[in-house]
Amino acid sequence: MENEERSRGDARVITVSSGKGGVGKTTATANLGISLASLGKRVVVIDADIGLRNLDIIMGLENRIVYDLVDVVEGRSKLRQAMIKHKKFDDLFLIPAAQTRDKMAISPEDMVRVTDELREDFDYILIDSPAGIERGFRNALEPADEVLIVTNPEVSAVRDADRIVGLIEAAEKGPGKLIINRLKTELVRKGEMLSSDDVYDILGLAIIGIIPEDEMVLSASNSGIPVTLNMNSQAGMAFGNVARRIMGEDVPFMNLDGNPGILRRFLRLFDGR
Amino acid sequence: MDIIKSLFGRRKQGSGATAKNRLRFVLQHDRIHLPPERMEEMKREILAVIAKYLVVDQDRVEIDLEQRDRRQSKLVAEIPFSGQQPAHKASDARLPTLSADSVDNS
Repeated sequence: MENEERSRGDARVITVSSGKGGVGKTTATANLGISLASLGKRVVVIDADIGLRNLDIIMGLENRIVYDLVDVVEGRSKLRQAMIKHKKFDDLFLIPAAQTRDKMAISPEDMVRVTDELREDFDYILIDSPAGIERGFRNALEPADEVLIVTNPEVSAVRDADRIVGLIEAAEKGPGKLIINRLKTELVRKGEMLSSDDVYDILGLAIIGIIPEDEMVLSASNSGIPVTLNMNSQAGMAFGNVARRIMGEDVPFMNLDGNPGILRRFLRLFDGR
Repeated sequence: MDIIKSLFGRRKQGSGATAKNRLRFVLQHDRIHLPPERMEEMKREILAVIAKYLVVDQDRVEIDLEQRDRRQSKLVAEIPFSGQQPAHKASDARLPTLSADSVDNS
């Protein structure tokens, strides 16, 4: 079964977007890539944030870059030459962004061409979208089969996420699924933070992940070893759960809000799919 | 019971609830690309038109934006009035931008 799927080789292209910057898009992309690879999937992660590359450093691969995405698009390198194999997983590759160019160096069509070339040989292609609603986002959106939207339970992040949701629907890539990142359980309990339920009510999108605030995420990015590789990390575990949900598994949500009603509600949401 | 309610109520008063309400408000306007100040302008114009014909009870007017989801919005208006404008008033140019005179002048 597994082998059949592999030989058929028709990757799903998943774009990770957010609207607002700094909500944890790159962290999410890195951790989902690692998680999917650790679950035996063949994965490419693409950093589409031209000029502000970061996925390489979060994944601990910054000193292995020879060619980047713009080199591929402009014909200076073959696609394979720009793909950096992860230290730990043989079936996980990174295509880094160019650091010295800007997003205009790449067009949405370029992104489709690159991902089409990869589709046959991989199971998942994850694209780390730049923040914002401009060209860089268009580049990341164009080849997407589905879109994940990362937000924090915080007013400006949710507002910008809503904007992105509208654009994703307009591009007929919708409805997209939500990852709520950096949820502070204690604050939610005190009523001092939007709960995942609140965010669901406001955005009306299926939630595919709730990632609790976790200091280990910072040490993970410090050391370039994504947090999902840390068995003691709650956030790492939550990212692993998202990966399994992406693969179609029905994984119950970790009970972070201390409210069983919420848990049941999400389960119902996913039963419908 | 009241104590429980007030405890519950106080809990709802946390900044999380405020955040939710504020978000609802801005998103209603974001989604229809009509900022609140333009919406107020529209309400004033609507009322000015109606006031040409009816004596509107301005203090009890309610015009609200209702949104079921991202794609479906509606305006719900309750505009109480106390009767017809006297005939001579109805012909007054109370809405200069809409009157025939100003159209000719512009």
